[in-house]
Amino acid sequence: MIDEHLPVLQVVVPLLAAPMCLLLGRGTLAWGLATAVGWFALYVALSLLGSVPAGGEIRYALGGWAAPWGIEYRVDRLDSYVLVIVAAVGALVLTYARASVAREIARHQHAAFYAALLLCLAGLLGIVITGDAFNLFVFLEISSLSSYALISLGRDRRALTASYQYLIMGTLGATFILIGVGLLYMVTGTLNMLDLAERLPALGDNRTVLAAFAFLVVGICLKIALFPLHLWLPNAYAYAPSVVTAFLAGTATKVAIYVLLRFLFTIFGAGFSFSGMLLSALLMVLALLGVLVASTVAIFQNDVKRMLAYSSVAQIGYIVLGISLVSVTGLTAALVHLFNHAVMKAALFLALGAVVYRVGGARLEDMKGLGRAMPLTLAAFVAGGLSLIGVPLTAGFISKWYLVLAALEAGWWPIALLVLIGSLLAVVYVWRVVETAYMQPRPAGAAAVSEAPWHMLLPIWALVVANVWLGIDTDLTVGIAGGVAVELLGGAP
Amino acid sequence: MTSLSPGLLLLFGAALLPLLPARPRDGVLLGLPLLTLAAVWAVPDGDALRVAFLGLELVPVRGTGVGRLFATVFALMAFTGALYALRQARLVEQVAAQVYAGGAIGVTFAGDLVTLFVFWELMALGSTLVIWSANTPQAYRASLRYLMVHLFGGVVLMAGIAGHFVETGSVAFTAMQPDSPARWLILVGFLINTGAPPLSSWVPDAYPEASPSGAVFLSAFTTKTAVFALLVGFPGATVLVWVGLWMIFYGIVYALLENDMRRILAYSIVNQVGFMVCGIGIGTAMALNGAAAHAFAHIIYKALLLMSAGAVLHMTGRRKCSELGGLYQSMPLTTLCGIVGALAISSFPFTSGFVSKSMIVQSTVDEHLATIWFLLIAASAGVFLHAGIKFPWFVFFQKDSGLRPPDPPWNMRAAMVLFAFLCIALGIFPQPLYALLPFPVEYEPYTATHLVAQFQLLLFSGLAFFTLLSLMRRTETISLDFDWFYRRFAKEPLLKFTLRGSNSRERFVAAARRRVDGVIARLFRTHGPHGMLADNWPTGSMVLWVAVLLALMLLVSYL
Repeated sequence: MIDEHLPVLQVVVPLLAAPMCLLLGRGTLAWGLATAVGWFALYVALSLLGSVPAGGEIRYALGGWAAPWGIEYRVDRLDSYVLVIVAAVGALVLTYARASVAREIARHQHAAFYAALLLCLAGLLGIVITGDAFNLFVFLEISSLSSYALISLGRDRRALTASYQYLIMGTLGATFILIGVGLLYMVTGTLNMLDLAERLPALGDNRTVLAAFAFLVVGICLKIALFPLHLWLPNAYAYAPSVVTAFLAGTATKVAIYVLLRFLFTIFGAGFSFSGMLLSALLMVLALLGVLVASTVAIFQNDVKRMLAYSSVAQIGYIVLGISLVSVTGLTAALVHLFNHAVMKAALFLALGAVVYRVGGARLEDMKGLGRAMPLTLAAFVAGGLSLIGVPLTAGFISKWYLVLAALEAGWWPIALLVLIGSLLAVVYVWRVVETAYMQPRPAGAAAVSEAPWHMLLPIWALVVANVWLGIDTDLTVGIAGGVAVELLGGAP
Repeated sequence: MTSLSPGLLLLFGAALLPLLPARPRDGVLLGLPLLTLAAVWAVPDGDALRVAFLGLELVPVRGTGVGRLFATVFALMAFTGALYALRQARLVEQVAAQVYAGGAIGVTFAGDLVTLFVFWELMALGSTLVIWSANTPQAYRASLRYLMVHLFGGVVLMAGIAGHFVETGSVAFTAMQPDSPARWLILVGFLINTGAPPLSSWVPDAYPEASPSGAVFLSAFTTKTAVFALLVGFPGATVLVWVGLWMIFYGIVYALLENDMRRILAYSIVNQVGFMVCGIGIGTAMALNGAAAHAFAHIIYKALLLMSAGAVLHMTGRRKCSELGGLYQSMPLTTLCGIVGALAISSFPFTSGFVSKSMIVQSTVDEHLATIWFLLIAASAGVFLHAGIKFPWFVFFQKDSGLRPPDPPWNMRAAMVLFAFLCIALGIFPQPLYALLPFPVEYEPYTATHLVAQFQLLLFSGLAFFTLLSLMRRTETISLDFDWFYRRFAKEPLLKFTLRGSNSRERFVAAARRRVDGVIARLFRTHGPHGMLADNWPTGSMVLWVAVLLALMLLVSYL
């Protein structure tokens, strides 16, 4: 009975819990509810993952209205894979959040904060699960609006500007997506994704379809923060509260990439999207530029949070690079890195959040000597950093391995080389933190610092263990991603 | 038990060490390498463990004769090194050294390139920590330079392995030839760790900055693991002959110019590894046997030499030849052990170096490679000069520096005596070593002609050195022996080149540094916090980018 309603519970429970958080009013109670909902969402996501057959899908007609008239939720392997990423990061970040939020956000805003976070979670899960193009836009707006609010809650006054800029850019992106969807509706008369996929090929190179395609791709790339449309991201990540940064870094851009995959491969179809190789070339060039430029910029940053934000732009470059190769291995690499990057970045940002909790800042000079004062937190940071670099036995290595394989398969030696150069740049910026934290003493006269509390360390280390686990046992990531990649390219699973 | 890599014993043991109190820790430090040695011999021949990973067929443990040979000497080295470092080294160095040794042993059992790569990188990590734990600013900077070289080597190797996999669909670690870009990359990745040109200088740059015991560990593992990898991966690749010869002469020339006693020995590592690389390049059964045997013998005598140098450094705190001398009076045991090591490295008959190196030389005779034979013989004389005489003479004899330190503590003495004993035992009874070699050995080192030839070579080299000595006394500078060579041995072209090279090297380094600084400054202008690519942009400019991209997309779609 419950099982058949899992798809809708995935979205409705967080959505309804959000106003309840507001009603509860007290910070701790709201946190308790939000965390419980987060874990419930993860439970639902995992059950969905378990029940979706390879190559099959679960369809759920909302309110009993059959598609294409009603809104339909559709869960195939790709959906459930991304749902697990979002829900897992959400659950762990929420578990971690209480102390960090209490420290960084004014007391009277706590309940509203958790409500906004749950709304954002619901929106992101909704984007992934829905099978309706317009419904996707609605959920996109839910998640975006709540994330603007979340970012603006940062202690630094610059958070307001950052949030405002993200609002402008995000709205622009969403509008483009809406225009794209509207144009598609105009020519096909349907909003259901499967219906769209069926009707579009018949239209061929219709100008309206081409315009819709252009608007959609640019709009989604804005949400992805693909170079050079990434300009909103560094400030938004740097000035948002630590918890929000970790949550968004692990989920928001990942979901945007999911949307890109959905539109390019399912709705338009790989044959249409990549005809003439022009989109492929464009994405490849921008992705590589993103990797190199953003990694280099990250090296020169003094704010570690900002540094990791630029590193996120670079990592997004790797994912898009995998997509742009339009091969099974390339897509596998992109999907695997989608998961792995969420895990490693969440670990890094949460560890950084623990530093902010104890020291009060995340600038490089704040981290001096912390290797001794906060050994467990910094060890987690180093482990996350190693994964970011792509050291063997960490998740990052698996991603890099498939990406390099994909590039070599396509005969692109220089790209494989550039990917490896990107790793070396990551060595440099991770090393700057390690050097400051381990080799330099605490500044004289600085207040004594103690290790982060266990309830913060627990989620951090859960993510670190996941990082190592996913570097050794790749059934979850590569196993699913490989099958999904074949499905996306239209082959039999 | 037997199905897991013996290297893991050391790795997990190392993780336990910091948790133990001091007394039991000593026991574990010494016991682990012995346990590992037992495990090494418990691994059966053939694939002992297969794992499917990422669609690759991995063989983390494969028992082979040559792997067991290297693993045996690595375990011996880990034991003796731990004994030598027992009381004096910092805990972090002891832990790092175990990780380092574990990585090296892991490589010797790797049946596929991915496993090899994982242990390879563990080794780089462990060795960097060993250097770093000397706890001086110089050591810190040297460890960073060292790490950079090895990370670069790792990237090259990884790229090669990936390319090799794409081409052949297999990652098995078997004999290859450098016949495609991917396999060239693998070869280069291996060679970087042997100290091959043009990156040879990482060896003498990093090793002498380690602590007395740290340098002992370092001398054994990285370069010899690379020799192992070449031996299995690229036997008979002709390019290795010339790379090896270059390393041999590079080591000799720079060691002769050097004043720091441990840097002399570091240069001579490059030189000795050159002999092995050359042997692998020749690639006959005799040459490969010789390379393997020489690696085995070399680890022992080079560790012995560095232990005696380390003992001097530990007791006096001085490292320059010109500040040392006359130590034989108060450090008789150290002197004796140093001399045994020096004789072994010079292939003096009845030492381990004699029975191993002569196999490589013999293989050139068998193959009628006259030029290479001549160069190797000339190099043997050079080895005697720079390591066989120069090191013990300047450190233990020469002028009286007035220093009267006693012999080092018991554990250091015990470690030195153990290896000195092995040097001589292997020299007199080479059969057990020969029995371990990858190919059946039909070679008898102790023939009358061979003995006479070797004594002639050594005696005349010795004579040459002591002729130089009178020149030495007059000026008391080290640079004279350089002068002397260059007149006497008519190696003008080579030596002039290096002389000019060493003068212009400073200028070259300075120019390179300026250029690198310039590049970084330029990058900083564009990528730095206020550079165009990182600065905060006005919202309008961001929107402009969106418009540009949309226009581009529309244009591209409509065309």
